[in-house]
Amino acid sequence: MNFVDYYKLLGIDKTATPKDIKNAYRKLARKYHPDLNPKDKDAKKNFQQINEANEVLSDPEKRKKYDQYGKDWQHSEQFEKSKQYQEQSSNSRGARYSGAQSEGDFSDFFESMFGGAASGGRSRRVKYRGEDFNAELHLDLIDAFKTHKQMLTVNGRKIRITISAGIENGQTIKIAGHGGQGINGGPNGDLYITFSIANHPGFKRLGNNLYALVDLDLYTAVLGGEITIDTLNGKVKLKVKPETQNGSKVKLKDKGFPVYKNDGQFGDLHITYTVKIPTNLTEKQKVLFTELSES
Amino acid sequence: MQTEKLTAVDIFCANHNIEISFISSLQQTGLIEITTINETGFIDSNQLQQLEKIVRFYYELDINLEGIETITHLLQRVNSLQDEIIALRNRLRLYEINE
Repeated sequence: MNFVDYYKLLGIDKTATPKDIKNAYRKLARKYHPDLNPKDKDAKKNFQQINEANEVLSDPEKRKKYDQYGKDWQHSEQFEKSKQYQEQSSNSRGARYSGAQSEGDFSDFFESMFGGAASGGRSRRVKYRGEDFNAELHLDLIDAFKTHKQMLTVNGRKIRITISAGIENGQTIKIAGHGGQGINGGPNGDLYITFSIANHPGFKRLGNNLYALVDLDLYTAVLGGEITIDTLNGKVKLKVKPETQNGSKVKLKDKGFPVYKNDGQFGDLHITYTVKIPTNLTEKQKVLFTELSES
Repeated sequence: MQTEKLTAVDIFCANHNIEISFISSLQQTGLIEITTINETGFIDSNQLQQLEKIVRFYYELDINLEGIETITHLLQRVNSLQDEIIALRNRLRLYEINE
């Protein structure tokens, strides 16, 4: 656990007045407030840090303790006992902005010195929705192909969600009421889950369409025939026209990806043939190819 | 008459300890819409999140209404650009070689 320099975080020096602290905090809060930086994890982290700094420095008791024991936070227990700090802390005077912080958002350093969550010394007793939580869920393409249930643990709470087939990479869904607890009796926030879907070695996806390269031996490409190819939904037999060129494309209707929340609807599978030239030819084969080239 | 998804303006203001005139000024600037039923103003539930955000801008970050209007427009732009980035990244994956 590292010492956190709250003065440095707010860009002020140790002689800063309460007004200086308030001004520095407000300036940084405007810069990093999560409402102003949607989907920016760094901004949220920075905001939590400056909130923590303000929580300490805007409260004379906490500031005194921090100034006295900050770098030697391990010894702050003695101070804790002598001052019976916990009882007093419920009357904190520090204002703290909402919308991004909940219990458990403080650094280990803070919790070690001040015993956990903030005192909630907001200047206005208002009911606020709880904090919205953001989570990222990693799936592979096969997972995203079928509707399935998953159990998630978010901030210690287990949530069972149904993921509909066809979810997109980067798509975000909202689970209402599963965010942070409401403040002063306000409603709970929401949980936003953003899906990150890994590439598949055999298929590329664009929207509801899938794209795949299929190897075709020279003889089938020239003479035509029937091949069996893999789709995400099993194997499919496919007729190959004679004289199929390398790079030729074929569209298999409704063999692509399911359309999100539209049961029974699918995109298309686009096949591109890669004609493979035979290798390690026998002498006889070489003769035959020579004859062919001269015919 | 559907009132299930509406929150009365006065109740919202009481819960958030804000002036009703503030909501009126937001309505005048077009930042939120108020539905009036039997002379009582209501806020649709799908606007609550946006409204709470505006309240935080105004009361906690000391941003005035003109600033909030500007920020709201810019945030809409940011959101649409972020959506566009996701769509473009997904398109780019078509051309990426699997490792």
